[in-house]
Amino acid sequence: MIGVFKNARGLHAGGVLGINRRNAAYTLVHNRRELYPLVDDKLETKRLAEKAGVAVPPLYAVVEIEREIRALPQKLADREDFVVKPARGSQGDGILVVVGRSRDTYRLADGTSLTEAELAFHVSNTLSGVFSLGGQTDRALVEYRVQFDPVFERIAYRGVPDIRVIVFLGVPVMAMVRLPTRMSRGKANLHQGALGAGIDMATGTTLSAVWRDRIVDDHPDTGVAVAGVKIPGWDTLLDIAARSFELTGLGYVGIDLVLDREMGPLVLELNARPGLAIQLANRAGLAPRLEAARAAFANLASVVERVSFAKDRFRSVL
Amino acid sequence: MRRRHLLIVCLALALVGFGVFAYKVLWLGFPVRPDERSETWRVEARVTFEARGAPAKLQLRVPQSAGDLVVVEQNFVSPGYGLTTGFERGNPTAVYAIAMAEGMQTLYFRALVSRTLLQRNPPQEQAPELPVPNFGDAEQVAAQNLTEAARAQSADRETLAGFLLARLKDGKPTSEVGLLLGPVPSTLRILNVAVDLLRLAGVPARTVHGLTLEPERRQAQFIHWLEIHDEGRWRPIYPWENRSGPPPATLRWWHGQLPLAQVTGGTKLHHDVSVSRAYEHALTTAVRHGKQLEEKLVEFSVFGLPLQTQAVFRALLVIPAGVFLLVVLRNVVGIKTFGTFMPVLIALAFRETGLLAGVVFFSIIVAIGLGIRLYMEQLKLLLVPRLATIVIVVILVIFALSLLSIKLGFDRGLSIGLFPIVILTMTIERMTTIWEERGAGEALQQAAGSLVVGALCFVLMSSAYVSHLFFVFPELLLVVLAATIALGRYTGYRLTELRRFKPLAR
Repeated sequence: MIGVFKNARGLHAGGVLGINRRNAAYTLVHNRRELYPLVDDKLETKRLAEKAGVAVPPLYAVVEIEREIRALPQKLADREDFVVKPARGSQGDGILVVVGRSRDTYRLADGTSLTEAELAFHVSNTLSGVFSLGGQTDRALVEYRVQFDPVFERIAYRGVPDIRVIVFLGVPVMAMVRLPTRMSRGKANLHQGALGAGIDMATGTTLSAVWRDRIVDDHPDTGVAVAGVKIPGWDTLLDIAARSFELTGLGYVGIDLVLDREMGPLVLELNARPGLAIQLANRAGLAPRLEAARAAFANLASVVERVSFAKDRFRSVL
Repeated sequence: MRRRHLLIVCLALALVGFGVFAYKVLWLGFPVRPDERSETWRVEARVTFEARGAPAKLQLRVPQSAGDLVVVEQNFVSPGYGLTTGFERGNPTAVYAIAMAEGMQTLYFRALVSRTLLQRNPPQEQAPELPVPNFGDAEQVAAQNLTEAARAQSADRETLAGFLLARLKDGKPTSEVGLLLGPVPSTLRILNVAVDLLRLAGVPARTVHGLTLEPERRQAQFIHWLEIHDEGRWRPIYPWENRSGPPPATLRWWHGQLPLAQVTGGTKLHHDVSVSRAYEHALTTAVRHGKQLEEKLVEFSVFGLPLQTQAVFRALLVIPAGVFLLVVLRNVVGIKTFGTFMPVLIALAFRETGLLAGVVFFSIIVAIGLGIRLYMEQLKLLLVPRLATIVIVVILVIFALSLLSIKLGFDRGLSIGLFPIVILTMTIERMTTIWEERGAGEALQQAAGSLVVGALCFVLMSSAYVSHLFFVFPELLLVVLAATIALGRYTGYRLTELRRFKPLAR
């Protein structure tokens, strides 16, 4: 029992943000409920971002009702690769990454293949809400498959690595890059076994990583050290992240970005309840950074100021 | 600001809850523990007389609640007799009457008496006009001498009564006292004389007759003491050593010089009073007692409902306890479960099967359902028909398991028919999705979490103590509500996070 309190004090001293505190002090206070649909529905997010001039992966098709599924193969006839995702999916569930096709079968990023009927079944499941938050009926999006920048080639196992930035009151406070592993079957989701590498906010250089809630230094599949990779266009990434505040009105969000070889940084999605494993990836607690952002918020008028504040204050000390 | 608001709401709720709880425990005597037996006695007066073949009437004094004793229930057994109740010289009296009676008559009066924690003081009362006694010439002188001496040596009515009693008790047969009392006086005789002397001195006084309640007593004898009117109230004056009170649990029955029973139209009147301890549940007593004291309150409680409805509420009222435990286990401990309240529903299902059988059956059903569901993944069914298929499979599995366990002589099997089928179905479906998307490990972990939380909720909800508390004191739900609201602002770490984020601790 005493050990429990000692541990709790230790975490508190480390500035670790727990899920109860995240909910009570940040998401419940700074994220107005009526704004959630903007980020819970990826189609909404995409439209919002496009309107604001923020780059997103181009949309190929939307399936809203069961009948439209039959027309899907035709619509995708001239697409060699694409991604199918539920509009309201959570934690990366239900995302299919098609990397190529041979006649009637689609090849997926994880090496398996899918017939046309199986793809239709997947889309149908998506529509009936199997992957959506709360099981509501859903829409399926088909969009451009990101050709990821070779920067992460050596530390990612297939799939598309993405960059998660936690933004509080428009100030990017912490970031990590999520690297797919064999275990995550090419998906950049920590719950599914992806690797999360912390990023130094000042320089955009990767730090050590977290894998399955353990701190690791090397990629579990490739054995290459994760740290020391400099992310190109870091300032642009931070700029996009900081803009998400004006974009959605949500005070506390996680923004997921990818680096496309041709199109540069693209916004994949926003999350109003971002996970807390990012703290392990950065070996730092979120709480002090959030409080620093809250304290400075009044004096930070522009996006530029917020970005430079983040770069200045949230330099990694590891 | 929000914090203070929350604190006030929680405190108010808890205060009301605990307040009503305390009132019911301390004042109404509701038992806190299940099966607690209270001090309750059955008192029975059996009256017989020989009727003369003419109209007959029997008057019987009946006791009233006084001090810490409460007459919870009384009934009169009098075949063929009409019964009226009224007052006879200030005493509640039952009158049994019949137009024509012949031979030996037997009538009963029965009462249930129980003790409460709270002493009730006698009410304020006007001093009654009591007749000044008539003494013979010689006695008059003796009486006046005694009262004058007593008055000279006392400060107030109480000491006056005490002094007179003392003089009467150790008076010699030859003295003035002896003259008043006569040879070998009984206690009652002494008290009656004391009453006369007190009245002569201008102090309203009367004798009181009571019964000591013992565990088992046939032909119980009444004990007697005095009451004097002082400062607007009747106060007892006890004739025993050091003027100590009567033995604990003495029921004040009636007062004055009237006998316990009087008969007209009959002879050979005889009465026999017996006492026995009633080993009843304290609860029943408290409710009966409550019906007399605070009828409204009790009628508005669970006990005002028909028995069958009470059984429903017995189950319903413990659910908040389970839900609260669930909140603790999820938000403070951090155990992952399927669905928000699924574990509580599992726990409710366990009520029918018992814990061990429940866990075994639940695991078997979910395992079989999961196997079939994972196989069905190949058939690529659409969502609603797929769920319907699982419902049917679950029912089939339940049916087969019931049959099997009956054949094996295990009668618990019958009760699994009451398992929440839809909950099982959703569990299987969610588990499949998690199994497919995040791997078997995560799925099994959440299943185990749900089962553990469900089992803990069951243990809590099925505890006789907890179910008794919430059934008898539903106001405690306000306390649970307050605690739940307070937990709603618990922002500390979850126990599981302590391990998860351990590398970040300083």
